[in-house]
Amino acid sequence: MKGNSYLSRKIHSLLGVIPLSLFIVEHMLTNFAAVEGGPQGFKDSVNFLNGLPLVFFLELFGIWLPLLFHGVYGLYIAYQSNLNTGQYQYGRNWAFTLQRISGVITFIFVVWHLYQTRYQVMVGNVTHDELGGVMNGIANNPVFFIFYIIGVVSAVFHFSNGMWAFLVSWGITVGPRAQRISSYIWMAVFVIVTAMFLMSLGAFRGDEFKETASAALAWANLV
Amino acid sequence: MAETTVATKTVKLSITRQDAPDKPSYTEEFEIPYRANMNVISALMEIQRNPKTKDGQATAPVCWESNCLEEVCGACSMVINGKPRQACSALVDKLEQPIKLAPMRTFPVVRDLVINRERMFNALKRVKAWIPIDGTYDLGPGPRMAETKRQWAYELSKCMTCGVCLESCPNVNDRNSFIGPAAISQVRLFNAHPTGEMNKEERLETLMEDGGIEGCGNSQNCVRSCPKGIPLTTSIAAINKDTTKQLFKSWLGM
Repeated sequence: MKGNSYLSRKIHSLLGVIPLSLFIVEHMLTNFAAVEGGPQGFKDSVNFLNGLPLVFFLELFGIWLPLLFHGVYGLYIAYQSNLNTGQYQYGRNWAFTLQRISGVITFIFVVWHLYQTRYQVMVGNVTHDELGGVMNGIANNPVFFIFYIIGVVSAVFHFSNGMWAFLVSWGITVGPRAQRISSYIWMAVFVIVTAMFLMSLGAFRGDEFKETASAALAWANLV
Repeated sequence: MAETTVATKTVKLSITRQDAPDKPSYTEEFEIPYRANMNVISALMEIQRNPKTKDGQATAPVCWESNCLEEVCGACSMVINGKPRQACSALVDKLEQPIKLAPMRTFPVVRDLVINRERMFNALKRVKAWIPIDGTYDLGPGPRMAETKRQWAYELSKCMTCGVCLESCPNVNDRNSFIGPAAISQVRLFNAHPTGEMNKEERLETLMEDGGIEGCGNSQNCVRSCPKGIPLTTSIAAINKDTTKQLFKSWLGM
């Protein structure tokens, strides 16, 4: 097992940035097309992604496999940690604890979100064009709406705070001043990205998304 | 002659005790006479002189470890009112009562407040936290260290292996193989030394194995808790940088 946990941890950390952080930003931009361009804008943006060359391999190596490794190994890291914020109520210790909690929530959320969207496309229940309608059904269901808000906030926190930790773990932000400034930057990123995701989620509630897919809507209401 | 009643001031303590490593722990309350300028060690000495609980029942004197009594040896670390620190520099006048004493449970408890910090010394051996100068012939004088660098390194050399950083770290536990902040900071110290630097890679490689630096989760409790004010998180980040460089160097065969 020599060298094993160091390398696994480094791979875990690297995959969190490339590709997963890039993906979350990309996902935010795609969703935000729903705010800026309405149903057509969202549809175009989904179609643009699916028109990328070798999209199967992009998804496999850019999302599926990294997500699987980062998620499963991340659960193991969470299991390896004690949570002692009761005794040490420092900001960074809270961030440490929240990083683990948000990671577990994000894991559950991502599995569920994939089931509701990507998996349904895969088995042929909906098409890419109808995803706006699926999201309309989800965002108008109060339980899912709240679950998605929690999931999105957790995922974006995990991303922002994870980026802060990545910069420390690879020795880029070394001194306390660099780490403090980095924490301000990532806090701002957290606020902006969360706001943009939630605005998109709000936009999906609009009736204009309902028309795009009545079949998809029927399906989303069933779940 | 007027009768005077002197209100005798007392110190209340609540101590988590344990008779042997495999025995369950229990709490005992003590109330001892107050003297000016007491610290936790002198309070424990008072209990040792008159080992009776608050209710007046005889009990075995509380065991603890201490040595220098000036916060440089690291022996008397314990959890005092919820925070790990040195008992010798914990002044009774500045503590909320009852003063709660407990052993640092991150380490195996030997008895009462006595713990076994062997894992820390093993960690120092693993990373070779020393300057190797032994040989079969006189190697001559080593390179000089700049005075400014010496002053900087002195701060890191204040580490007394007291274990407070490991106790406060959420990632030092049975499920995690993290070496702990203290040894990582010592690698930084010895890698900065002009002679110690000659074995730099060896120390870094040790931290890049199972039970090395990777367990750090950046909770940064260590730097908040260190009684000597050692910049532990800066040391960890600096060694993160060095191990990252070492990783790429060894991959590329440089």
